[in-house]
Amino acid sequence: MNAIKEAFKTVSDLWSLMVGLKVTGKYFLEPQRTVRYPWKAVSNLDTYKGHLELVGGMKDPFKPRCISCGMCALACPSHCLTVVKKKAPKPTPEEEKALAEAKASGEKTKDKTPKDPEQFLYDYTLCSLCGTCMENCPAGALRFSKNVYMAGYSRNDFQFDLVLKLRESDARATKAEPAAPAAETSEA
Amino acid sequence: MPAELIRILIGLVAVALSVGLIGLVMVWVERKVAGHVQRRPGPYEVGPYGLLQPLADALKLVGKQLFMPDNADPILFWLAPVLSFLPVLLLFLPLPLGDGLYTMDINLGLLLILAFSGLAVLSLLLGGWASNNKYGLLGAARAVAQSVAYEIPLLLSVLAVAFVSGSLDLATVVKEQGTWPWNWNIMTQPLAFLIYIVSALGETNRAPFDLPEAESELTAGFHTEYSGMGFGLFFLAEYANMVVVCSVATVLFLGGWHGPVLPGPVWFVLKVSLLMLLLVFFRWTYPRVRFDQLLNINWKWLMPLAVANLMLTAFFVKLAQYAVVK
Amino acid sequence: MTRYADMGQVAGDFYTENFAQTAQEGSLILNLGPQHPSTHGVLRVIVELDGEYVLRADPVLGYLHRMHEKMAEVKTAAQFIPNMGRVDYGHALAWNWAFVGAVEKLAGIEVPERAEYVRTITCELNRIASHLLWWGAYLLDLGAFTPIMYAFDDREKILDILQVPTGSRLTYSYFRIGGVAQDLNEDCFSRIKAFIPWMRSRLPMYKDLVSDNIILRKRIEGVGPIEPELCRRYGATGPVARGSGINFDVRRAEPYSVYPKLDFEIPTSPLMDARGRYDVRMIEIEQSLRIIEQCVEMMPEGDTLVKGAPKPSWKVPKGEAYFAVEGGRGKIGVHVVSDGGKNLYRTKLRAPGFSNLSLFAEVSRGTILADAVAILGSLDLIIPEIDR
Repeated sequence: MNAIKEAFKTVSDLWSLMVGLKVTGKYFLEPQRTVRYPWKAVSNLDTYKGHLELVGGMKDPFKPRCISCGMCALACPSHCLTVVKKKAPKPTPEEEKALAEAKASGEKTKDKTPKDPEQFLYDYTLCSLCGTCMENCPAGALRFSKNVYMAGYSRNDFQFDLVLKLRESDARATKAEPAAPAAETSEA
Repeated sequence: MPAELIRILIGLVAVALSVGLIGLVMVWVERKVAGHVQRRPGPYEVGPYGLLQPLADALKLVGKQLFMPDNADPILFWLAPVLSFLPVLLLFLPLPLGDGLYTMDINLGLLLILAFSGLAVLSLLLGGWASNNKYGLLGAARAVAQSVAYEIPLLLSVLAVAFVSGSLDLATVVKEQGTWPWNWNIMTQPLAFLIYIVSALGETNRAPFDLPEAESELTAGFHTEYSGMGFGLFFLAEYANMVVVCSVATVLFLGGWHGPVLPGPVWFVLKVSLLMLLLVFFRWTYPRVRFDQLLNINWKWLMPLAVANLMLTAFFVKLAQYAVVK
Repeated sequence: MTRYADMGQVAGDFYTENFAQTAQEGSLILNLGPQHPSTHGVLRVIVELDGEYVLRADPVLGYLHRMHEKMAEVKTAAQFIPNMGRVDYGHALAWNWAFVGAVEKLAGIEVPERAEYVRTITCELNRIASHLLWWGAYLLDLGAFTPIMYAFDDREKILDILQVPTGSRLTYSYFRIGGVAQDLNEDCFSRIKAFIPWMRSRLPMYKDLVSDNIILRKRIEGVGPIEPELCRRYGATGPVARGSGINFDVRRAEPYSVYPKLDFEIPTSPLMDARGRYDVRMIEIEQSLRIIEQCVEMMPEGDTLVKGAPKPSWKVPKGEAYFAVEGGRGKIGVHVVSDGGKNLYRTKLRAPGFSNLSLFAEVSRGTILADAVAILGSLDLIIPEIDR
């Protein structure tokens, strides 16, 4: 009796092999999930963090909103940011006289140093893409770019000055388009 | 006499060419099937639909440096891949592709095939031993145990078909079967067919019995130390063995070149391709069987079943003879 | 290298020589790893084989030690969160949670309700992704090449969902002290709502293809039985302990966040072998889906970061605190000690994988090498978290 039960169990166990073949056979005939980069690109790139970039101001989109406070550099876990402040401009002779007069009479003089940074050095090879700098910026001057397809030939390509990058960017749309038409969204 | 020789020589050349072609085609088919089962394209860059991929692979393999581990035995090390590949050419000779289309007219075709396929075991052993590598040794030991074990049910199931057809000559076996599927030997010997397929998987080291090449456990087993053309020859030999085994299955069980409308060779190729596709699917569906379970399957299940099948067949054949005489 | 009994010499490094000193006559000493075709990471196991049987196994750790605990001493508390994303790439958000929870407990910061729900949803999604990765990799170890592709197909969906709030796909540093970095938006919710039924429809396919497959069942049934007493001795937690029948889950035993309000089961298995652990993890995927469903329904409005969340120059109040969460592998514990400065004085990370791996030496004794590999896979080890 036990032997017959064993035999039946073996047959039903072997049926599981056929079921497995049916599953793979079914998937053999289904469409592929591969997105053939670079002829096609995936469609959900706008939420993916690219490297950091400075946000331009309202009046001048090529001048960053950064006020060179250095909070981002302080907050960064990977110490990848360096903010180089601008030096105060050399005052003209009239301004010098005005300054001396103001000092003599005890008036407060305005600091004429421009707030935006001279250089904003960013080392992408160290960045952990955590977003702490972005969240702690009081001026809202940092955000992650959409440049996810960045590639370079040497380490130097990934250490750049974000002020320069902003100046040279064509401050068009905030979305970076991928080089290829987006593939169809994956069906649920 | 010379006519026979010329026939065999032409056959050998044709077989050598076709084995190369089969290797290329099988590599492509395997990778494409693997890809599509896994919902990805498989090769698609090299040539249209990746058709030139196996050629690129072959060129790469041929161009690789042939080097040998330090304390390996050079003669045995380089003998092993050659030995795995050469006997396979012989195995194709007695197979009938169509009516009268076979290279060697020998009345022991089946025996020839079974005898020479045993040489594959030797090549596995030599490969593993001569590599001077622990993983290779373990892989070779497993491979030998497996191959030797699975030869027995293979032989017994094939013998049952020989009983039914009354001859070991492959041409005769095919002739005894008819055009339609219900006249084929699979109808009279279904158990033998199943046993044959499982033993064939065990003989050719194909998944789910591919422990000698188990990558995740033993880093490629007996062919760990082979790169370049040595590995290529092992690879080619495995695919060629697969084709031989599928062809023998077709001849013995599925009616060989018989079929309704199309000419003989076309049916033969179709049936062999179907079986090969099945074997490829097996590889990508099932996990690997553990080694002791593998041997268990053989000694506790396949062999008793094959012996029982053989005895039953013998009984019925004798009964039929008796009834006819009566 | 083998042990040459007559020469009394073993070629190999310090660990192998040490190991070989107590080796038997005629046994084979083999190194599994640290470069593995199996996808565990850089784990090295020295085994002593007698033919196919494992006489002794000894894991050698430290190939991926990155000194996270030291980094915690030189970074401020908020700066350490990206580290926690990288400790365990399988369930990064759980490690995030453990650390952030410990600091919040220490400083007495109350996290807003909505943030707790967001944390739960993302953490459970990450748990499903971790279990799918384990499943695919385990089957790859056992020789089945396609389930990993199917598992990664599902994982892609989860990664797409988690990409929306966090911006990352694998090493998340999404949690902040006092909440989370960003709220889940409409796009995220619609994706989650589409994902749950789809994942539910995939689970029967996994059962058909793999769980019921006779070859797989023969490979993992009866393999590596772990007695509950053994679990207790080594401090194994998570599916390893639950697969041996111990009903311990941090979400129920030491509840935190909104888990007391949620209705879900803790799966345990009376089978103590690899099959038990396998079943536990598959059921956990279903339970995580349940949790996510409930959280999405019960989600309140509100902030996702507490008002007055710590700034970069925040000094951590003096004291110490311990916080534990249930990770995909077991109980993740973080113990923080602060002396009132910006940096934490000491951060101790308790990795579940470390305790789980310690079992292996005892469990694998006397098994076949193939079984030892199967046991290793069933423990669900991720080496970066073991070595930290």
